[in-house]
Amino acid sequence: MLVLLLMLLPVQLWAAPAIQSWTTEKGARVLFVPAPELPMLDLRVVFDGGSARGAIPGVASLTSALLEEGAGDWDADEIAQRLDSVGAKMSASSQRDMASLTVRTLTEKRALTETMDTVAQVLGAPRFDPLAFERNRKAMLVSLNHDEQSPGTVAQRTFMHTLFGEHPYAAQVEGTQESLARVTREDVITHYKKYYVAKNAVIAIVGAVERAEAEHLAELVSSGLQPGERAPELPQVSDLQASRTLVLPFPSSQSHILMGQPGMQRGDPDYFVLYVGNHILGGSGLVSQLSDEVREKRGLSYSVYSYFSPMRRNGPFLIGAQTQNAKAAETLEVIRQTLARFIEQGPGETELTAAKQNITGGFPLRIASNSKILEYIAMLGFYDLPLDYLDTFVDNINSVTSEQIRDAFQRRIKPDQLLTVVVGNEQTPAPAN
Amino acid sequence: MEHIMRLLLSAALLLLSGPVLAESLVTENLVHETVLDNGMKVIVKEDHRAPIMVSQVWYKVGSSYEPDGFTGLSHALEHMMFKGTESHPPGEFSRIIAANGGSENAFTGRDYTAYFQTMSNDRLEISLELEADRMRNLTLPAEEFAKEIEVIKEERRLRTEDKPTGQLYEQFTALSYRSLPYANPVIGWMNDLEQMRVEDLAAWYRRWYAPNNATLVVVGDVEPQAVFQLARKYFGPLKQEQIPVLKPLREPPQKGEVRSVVKIPANEPYLLMGYKTPAATSAERPWEPYALEMLVAILDGGNSSRFSRNLVRGSEVAVSASAGYNAFTRLPGMLTLDGTPARGRDIGQLEKALREEIARLHSDPVTEEELERVRTQVIASKVFELDSVFYQAMEIGTLETIGLDWRLIDQYVEELKKVTPEQVREVAQRYLRDENLTVTLLQPLPMDDGKPVRSSTGGRHGS
Repeated sequence: MLVLLLMLLPVQLWAAPAIQSWTTEKGARVLFVPAPELPMLDLRVVFDGGSARGAIPGVASLTSALLEEGAGDWDADEIAQRLDSVGAKMSASSQRDMASLTVRTLTEKRALTETMDTVAQVLGAPRFDPLAFERNRKAMLVSLNHDEQSPGTVAQRTFMHTLFGEHPYAAQVEGTQESLARVTREDVITHYKKYYVAKNAVIAIVGAVERAEAEHLAELVSSGLQPGERAPELPQVSDLQASRTLVLPFPSSQSHILMGQPGMQRGDPDYFVLYVGNHILGGSGLVSQLSDEVREKRGLSYSVYSYFSPMRRNGPFLIGAQTQNAKAAETLEVIRQTLARFIEQGPGETELTAAKQNITGGFPLRIASNSKILEYIAMLGFYDLPLDYLDTFVDNINSVTSEQIRDAFQRRIKPDQLLTVVVGNEQTPAPAN
Repeated sequence: MEHIMRLLLSAALLLLSGPVLAESLVTENLVHETVLDNGMKVIVKEDHRAPIMVSQVWYKVGSSYEPDGFTGLSHALEHMMFKGTESHPPGEFSRIIAANGGSENAFTGRDYTAYFQTMSNDRLEISLELEADRMRNLTLPAEEFAKEIEVIKEERRLRTEDKPTGQLYEQFTALSYRSLPYANPVIGWMNDLEQMRVEDLAAWYRRWYAPNNATLVVVGDVEPQAVFQLARKYFGPLKQEQIPVLKPLREPPQKGEVRSVVKIPANEPYLLMGYKTPAATSAERPWEPYALEMLVAILDGGNSSRFSRNLVRGSEVAVSASAGYNAFTRLPGMLTLDGTPARGRDIGQLEKALREEIARLHSDPVTEEELERVRTQVIASKVFELDSVFYQAMEIGTLETIGLDWRLIDQYVEELKKVTPEQVREVAQRYLRDENLTVTLLQPLPMDDGKPVRSSTGGRHGS
C-alpha cells in the first residue's frame, strides 16, 4: 500500500555538479568539479593513446605500466616512497580508447605537493628504463597466461578480436604472446612521444581545492608534456556481413556464451534510446528480460546480462551468460529467442515506465561520490560530450518512447549478423545453417 | 567549514601524537544508535554530501555457523530472500526497489549475511518496509528453490570449479583448519548443494532471522531520529526469537607444517601460505591483532612495501606477491602470503624468498620510517573511505555483526599508532613459525586446448 503510494512520488530535483572547464597553456583540456566536503582530491589525466593507437598489441598497456617505474631523478622505489609516505594512491592503465593515470591524495599541503610533483614527473619525464621494461614485459606474459586459465576471459578476448576484424579495436589490450615477444623499448618510447602530449590530453579534477589551485595543479601536471597534436580520427567499425559462431574447447565445467555485434559510439544519436532499451533487455540486473528468462524462469545461469559499450567508434553490443556444459545449447537458444522477441516487439509500456523510474530515480546515485563524478567528467571530456550532459540526462531518459526503442533495435541489431562465441567443454553443437 | 576541516587534518598529519582525524570526520561524532524493544540494533551515520542513503540489514549468521552436511545454507537462504513473502510474490522485492531508482543486492560471508539497498534518501521507508517483511514472512516456495539451487551451482562452477586459484583456496582452507568451520567454503561444497532441501532453509531461516539477531545500518543524507522512528514502525512489531548460544570455538594448536599440492589444468603456478593468528574478537593480548595488521602493511602496503621493493623489483623473483590479514573476524583466522613466480623463476624460489622476508621480521626490528609510512597511509585511507557511503556502512555492519563495537573504527587508528617495532617482531616470532604454517602449491596440468577451433559462418539464428 505504502509502497504503491510512494512509487508515484516524483523524482526529487537535484542539480548535477557544475563542471568548470578551461585549457592549460600547453593545450590540455581541463574539467573541474569542486568538492569541498572531504579534505581530498582526485585527478585523472586521460590521453587518446589506448590500444587502438598502439603500433603493436600491448604497447599501450606496457607504456602505462612503465610510468611509475622511474621518472626524472627518481627510480621506481623513490616514486613509490614519495607517494606512500603521504598516503597517496596512483594507478595507470590503458583500454581500447583511453590511456589514463589516476591519483588520489589528501589536500593537506605536503601531501598535495609531493603527489602532484610526482605526477608531473611521471607524465612528463618517464625514464622507460631498459631493466624495468624487460621486467614488465615478462610480467605481462605471465599475466596473459594467467588470464588464459579463465574460460570467461578467453571468451571475452576471442569475441572482441573477432568482432573488430581489421579495425584497430581488434588489437588485444593486454598484448599477445606473439606481440609481447617482439615489442621493444623503442616501441614504448614512440607510443609515449606521439600520444602523451598536451593537446591529446584531458585532465579531470574533483576535490577540495579552489579554482585557482585547480588551475595551478593542471598546469603543473601537464608542464612536462609537449604540446603535440590530437590523435587522428579512428576509422569506422564495419558491421559483420553474416552471423558467425566460434566454439572453443576448454577444460571447464561451464560454457561461457557471448553473443553480439558492433553497437554504438559515444554521442550516438540513438544513445539514450538504445541505453533505455538495453536496460530492459539485459542491463538492469535481476529484473531484466534476459535475467527473467535465463535465470529466474529456468535456473540456467548465475549471471546473464547485455550491454552497449559506446566508444570513440562503435563499441560492442554484447549479451553474456555462463552455464554447465550440458545446458549450453538450451541457454543459447533462450538468449536468441529473447533477443529476437525484443527486436521484434520492443518493450511493453509498463516495462518502459519501470525502467525510466529506475534510471531517473537512481540518478543521484550516479554522482554521489567524488570518484563517480571523476569518472563522468573524464568520460565527458575525452569524448567531447556537452558539459550539460548530466543536467539533461534525466530529460533525455524520460523522452524515450517504446516505439523509438523498437525502431532503433530493428535498425541496429541484426539477428543475421551476430557473432557468437562459446568457450567450454564443446557440448554446444555448432548451429545448423 | 571545509577550511577548518583541512586545517585540523593538516595538524593531525604533522603531529601524529595528537588527534588523528578532524573532529568532523570522526565516526563517533556522526553516528547515532538505538536498540528497539525487540532487541534489534539500529545504527545511523550521517553523510550529507549527496541526497542518497544506503540501508543495510545484517544478520549474525554465515558459513561459519553451518554444521557439516549443511554447508552453503546461509548463502542459499540469501538467494531465496528474493523469492517472495506472504505479501510480495517472488521477484517483486527487486521490481519495487528498481522502480524506485534503487540498486540492491546481498552478500554472505563466513560471519554474516547482509542485504542492502542504495536509494535516493526519500525512499528509505520503502527499503525498511520490505526488509522488515522478509525478515519474518518468507514463503520459500519449493518450485522457486528447485530453480534457484541450480543458479547457485552455476555460481559455484563460475567462482570455484573453473578457477584454478579458487580450487586451490578451497583445498588450502579445508586443510588449514582442524576444528573451525572456516574450513568450509562460503558457497558450500557441491555435494551439500546437491543434497540441500528447502526444509533445511526454512529451519535455518526460523533459527537466525529475527530482530534480536539483526542490525540495521543506514548511512547517508538522513536524519537519525526519523530513521529510528521508521525502524520502530516497521521492525518494532516483529517477534523476537530464542537465538542459539554459540560454543566458543578454538583451533587446537598446530604441531607442524602442513603442505599440499593441487594439480589442475592451469598455465601458471601459484603459492599460498597461511599462519594461524589471533583475531581482535578473542586475542589474549589485545595489541597483537594491530601488530599483525602493521606487519602485513609493511610487507604489502603499497608500492614501497617490502614485497614490491624486494620481490617484484629487487630480486625479481615474483610477478606478484601479497600478504593478507583481517583482525576483524568472529573466529581466529590466518595471516596469508601468496604469489606467482616471475618468468624463469620457480615456485620453490618464490617460497624461499617469502620465507626469508618472514625470517627478517624475526631477526630485525622494522624501521620507524616503515611504521610512519603505514600510519600515514592508514590515516589517508580513513579519509578516502568517507567518499563511499556503502563502505562506511560495511565497516559498521561488519564490526557489530562479529560482536565488536563500531567505535573501533576510530580506535583502530589509535591502536595502530601505538604499535612498536618490538611488538611487530614479537608477533612475527610468536605466530609466523613453521609449526603453525599451511602451504599449498598449484601444480599446473596441461590445459589440453590443442583441439582446433570449430567455426561456422553464415546462417540465421534469429526467430
